Amino acid sequence: MHVHRFERLWFAASLVLIVAFLGTIVYGAVGPGVAMVDDSGGTVEPSVIANGDYEAADNFREPGVYDTESGVDVYVVARQYLFQPGTTEPIRVPAGEPVTFHVTSPDVTHGFNLAGTNVNSMVIPGQVAEFTVTFEETDEHGIVCHEYCGSGHHTMEGKVVVVEQSQFEGGEN
Amino acid sequence: MATEHTDGTAFESDEEYVEVDDGTRRRRAFVDQFPDAARTARICLGIAFAAFGVGALFGLIQALHRTNALRIIPSSDYYTILTGHGVLLALVFTTFGIAGLFHWANTRSLGVAPTSRRLTQGWLWTMSIGTALAAGTILAGLVEEIPASADVLYTFYPPLAAHPLFYIGTALLIIGSWGAGLDWFLQYREWRQSNPDSRIPLQSFMVLTTMLMWYLCSTGVAIEVVVFLIPWSLGLISQVDPLLTRTLFWYFGHPVVYFWLLPAYVVWYTVLPKLAGGRLFSDPLARVTFILFLLLSTPVGFHHQYTDPGIASGYKLVAMTNTFFLLLPSLLTLFTVVASMEHGARQGGATGRLAWLKDLPWERPEFSGIALAGIMFAAGGFSGMINAGMNINYLIHNTIWVPGHFHLTVGTAYALTLMAVSYWLIPQITGKRLQFRGLAAIQPFVWFVGMVLMSNAMHRGGLAGIPRRTAEPQYEQVSFDAVVGTVGEMRVQIAIGGTLLFVGALLFLIVMAGTWLLGKPDSQLRVNGSLPEPLSGPEESPQVLDNLKLWTAIAVALVLLAYGVPIYDMLADGILAPGSPLIPV
Repeated sequence: MHVHRFERLWFAASLVLIVAFLGTIVYGAVGPGVAMVDDSGGTVEPSVIANGDYEAADNFREPGVYDTESGVDVYVVARQYLFQPGTTEPIRVPAGEPVTFHVTSPDVTHGFNLAGTNVNSMVIPGQVAEFTVTFEETDEHGIVCHEYCGSGHHTMEGKVVVVEQSQFEGGEN
Repeated sequence: MATEHTDGTAFESDEEYVEVDDGTRRRRAFVDQFPDAARTARICLGIAFAAFGVGALFGLIQALHRTNALRIIPSSDYYTILTGHGVLLALVFTTFGIAGLFHWANTRSLGVAPTSRRLTQGWLWTMSIGTALAAGTILAGLVEEIPASADVLYTFYPPLAAHPLFYIGTALLIIGSWGAGLDWFLQYREWRQSNPDSRIPLQSFMVLTTMLMWYLCSTGVAIEVVVFLIPWSLGLISQVDPLLTRTLFWYFGHPVVYFWLLPAYVVWYTVLPKLAGGRLFSDPLARVTFILFLLLSTPVGFHHQYTDPGIASGYKLVAMTNTFFLLLPSLLTLFTVVASMEHGARQGGATGRLAWLKDLPWERPEFSGIALAGIMFAAGGFSGMINAGMNINYLIHNTIWVPGHFHLTVGTAYALTLMAVSYWLIPQITGKRLQFRGLAAIQPFVWFVGMVLMSNAMHRGGLAGIPRRTAEPQYEQVSFDAVVGTVGEMRVQIAIGGTLLFVGALLFLIVMAGTWLLGKPDSQLRVNGSLPEPLSGPEESPQVLDNLKLWTAIAVALVLLAYGVPIYDMLADGILAPGSPLIPV
């Protein structure tokens, strides 16, 4: 089959481009260490969360911020139309320390995005989204629910406040 | 502007003429040769354009509402309008538009009329009833007295629930499209009986491979809707697994974008070179492109779920790798399209490294619209590469960047190509001359400028973290810091761009309605339907390219590799668990 010289060149250049793109992703994963949200958070029946029966779940706790030996853990329930904690009181976390979020939903699918950052996860009923973030500086980040969750979706927001480690007071272990 | 171009000057000797009642003769058009197929194509395109008009109006309402330029509805109704916009444009305008275009393309290239009038009527009615049910249920959400609604957006993720009629209507639309595919395969079988050793004509090859991909991928959403959502919405099962159902949706949700796009590719490969005054560069590479789409379009759906919990990173990595290789057929297309246009311009005497660009027939909307759609698609391709990168995606997932991206792809590459080719095709399937040609000539440019304004602002808004799918992206606790420009300036561009796009849609609909109502049947058409042979024909290419069974088998195998284990994982803890009950909107 006749393939024009220019077409061959273009074909080869396209393949190089594709491999280069894949290379950037691999670099992001092994260099800066960008990890994916995956299945590590486990599953939980939505009704367990809806009933507030947190003791029945082995991978979720009463919503709140916990200071543990391995770092800070934040348990968040995203529900129509608030983050708990996050909306009525901000989530306070320390700077310079790994913070692991565990987010789930008792009702519909929501989103959890710190606006303008790559802290971004879907919140799906039945699944616990688990992701670890290290905030380098003290700052305030708005939380946006970025998945349509009902007629009041646009009111669903919250805040993460990053404080100095000396000012951080986590909950009991 | 270039000098006056006539349509396909180089090929007019091939034309046939038909006698008209008054004794004069006129160019023979598709409608003379295949009146039934022309009628079916007209009905499909008519429904597509009607859906386009309503969807475009909804788009205008949204653009003005989101940016707080003008709010004529309460914000809770915004989501009804958004659902209507998504379903009417991304499902109805596309599916009917594609059916009309493919019905013409398959019939024209095979030279065989559709084989069964009953089958044609069957799929046409199934798709139409499905559309009426789905659209009716959505619009009922605007009327408080009617107890039905479907404010679930066009992705309809459970457990947000719509009225059962919405799911039934959507299922009928998809099942109807399967009947359309069967119609085209039966035409092919009839053609094959009298042409046992010939290569499949190019347009038909493209139609058939696209439909094979469509059968493979739409099975996912059909299972989601028929097995899970319809019984669940009727109360026959008490819960569904939100992760499993959204995975089935995205199994369909990425290839569906190629279902929208490939009809544009059919036009770019087979019609655009002729409109540019030349001929297609290479038939075999066009076939390779469509085969790659058949193989790679489906095992990529997890790239819409990079930020989903419950899915292992490895599955996402496989999807990403496939996605990047899916760039290859689009990059090949870029080469072929540009090379074919350049060839066309040089045939007309154009010279220079880039000077040939200005000698293309930009004054003719069928050309300018398709060419502008191609340019915008290149931009959309670049933002798509960002979407496809697993970790870069985290910055823009579910921000307004994403609709900024797909308004360049489905919203321009498909939509503007269909509008532009309609200026050329509608006369051939109606026998009527195009009316209001002056309006038609400016229409693609209005669309282009509107989309440049709206889309660039949406992309930049996404980088600032402004979410998509929200009535009021103005919060008390959240502020958005623009990387380039200001949030206020982005809002202005979105509002003006959205308004221009609506004007562009209106201009198109005026031209179409004018042609339908004012055009005289049996007119002397300005256009002809002959398509020149490619520079490199299919003869020297390997016969295996036409082996549709082989490519389908490989496509199925790739899907099993990409989806087998992940779906098994989701089913292992119970088909309906972890499960959610109905949550009405």
